[in-house]
Amino acid sequence: MAGSNPNAKPMNLTLKVWRQKNRAAAGQVVQYNVRDISPEMSFLEMLDVLNEDLLRKGDDPVAFDHDCREGICGSCNLFINGRAHGPEQGTTTCQLHMRKFSDGDTITIEPWRSQAFPVNKDLSVDRSAFDRIIQAGGYVSVNTGGVPDGNEIPIPKPIADRAFEAATCIACGACVAACKNSSAMLFVSAKVSQLALLPQGQVERSTRVENMVAQMDREGFGACSNIGQCAAECPVGISLENIAILNREFISAKATSNNLA
Amino acid sequence: MSWITKTFSSSIGRKIIMSLTGLFLCTFLLVHLLINLQMLRHDNGDSFNFWAEFMGTNPLIRGMEVVLMLGLILHSYQGLALAIKNKKARGAQGYIVNHPEANSKWSSRNMALLGTLLLIFLIVHLMNFWIRSRFDAMGGLAEVRVANLDHPVGDLYSVAAASFKIPWYVALYALAQIALGYHLWHGFTSGFQTLGLNHRKYSPAIRFTGYAFAVIVSLLFAVIPVVMFFGDNYQPRPATGNTVEQSLGADPALR
Repeated sequence: MAGSNPNAKPMNLTLKVWRQKNRAAAGQVVQYNVRDISPEMSFLEMLDVLNEDLLRKGDDPVAFDHDCREGICGSCNLFINGRAHGPEQGTTTCQLHMRKFSDGDTITIEPWRSQAFPVNKDLSVDRSAFDRIIQAGGYVSVNTGGVPDGNEIPIPKPIADRAFEAATCIACGACVAACKNSSAMLFVSAKVSQLALLPQGQVERSTRVENMVAQMDREGFGACSNIGQCAAECPVGISLENIAILNREFISAKATSNNLA
Repeated sequence: MSWITKTFSSSIGRKIIMSLTGLFLCTFLLVHLLINLQMLRHDNGDSFNFWAEFMGTNPLIRGMEVVLMLGLILHSYQGLALAIKNKKARGAQGYIVNHPEANSKWSSRNMALLGTLLLIFLIVHLMNFWIRSRFDAMGGLAEVRVANLDHPVGDLYSVAAASFKIPWYVALYALAQIALGYHLWHGFTSGFQTLGLNHRKYSPAIRFTGYAFAVIVSLLFAVIPVVMFFGDNYQPRPATGNTVEQSLGADPALR
């Protein structure tokens, strides 16, 4: 592989990119050729090259979401050659490098597909459905007053570690994109289990899971059928165990909460 | 909506219904299989007919039969309704290039297809065996005496033995078990995951049991008609003449 070779041969690629003017417009796949792509480039840098070419020609550049380009913000979200975030496991699109492709390859790039994620433009989708799910219950109550001491609430290390594993979800939406059912269950389960594990999350423990699941259903995401595509494609490795925890939380909340509505 | 209907109409509530009905249907499969295996005894179907009579007359079993039917209907309806809802959730425009085989098992992605095949099989199966043995108007069964019982019982064995001499019917039964095997391959473990029973100590055992259950149950169900097709020991009593071709035929007199 050309990965560590500074003299790696530049690649010429054929891109098939989903282009769509706006939410209402019909989209289509448009083919582009990009030349002299370094294997050292990230996938997004390769798209930057394409966009510079398009701008030079006076064409509309391809819209795609990106921010930190360090794999931590969860902004980048491309469905590359039939896989969420491309062929490499445990990676966001920005951390996918062109050395994973070969000279002459054809790469199909599509936006996340879900009824709950409408396409804004080209490859950029509206993921505010996730924000509304978080607003429905993905928070903890914080008392006003002085800053509490860091070690005031003792949390055993194994529990802190498990909560942290769930907290690493970057809300990129790959779980929804990869799932045959377009289900957001892995995303919701990560937040619910993170907060259910921690003492700070106990106050809203039962209302949280009830409200977040209700909001998830309202947004039009599909229902989970335990296929496991979400966890397989998750760039940060959120596990299916979280969905089991979500199911437990949901069952016990419904059975014991005071919420009759 | 009350909190109960709200719970069971939510996406998690609906999969809890799928899980509970599915696991319940698994227990039924086990009972059905144990009784079917009685047909392979070389006793002219005495054991099988004895247990068929028990299943048809025991009040507790008859009560469970209603629960079973409701469970089957609920599982089928909910499964198909979820499949339609989930298909809609993708939106009007799907992926042009998609490689789900890189991240998941075929059986897990095709539960609705497998379930539909099983439902079609079940309709054929129930028409030939269950409806006939429960409702005299739908054919009824010839009566036969078995050891240890002072009254004659329905000769369901002859219906099976006659049916399993028809090549296409044996093939249908054997092939349907492939769908059952794949359906259980995903369904058994998935049922536990849905109930939140995922634990690093027990999940490996649940997975192993699920895979073993899927393979063993479907294989034994498939083997029984094949053995009865090729074996000379499994003959229907001539008087009954109840074959599937007659039961599916247009002439009601032959049913």
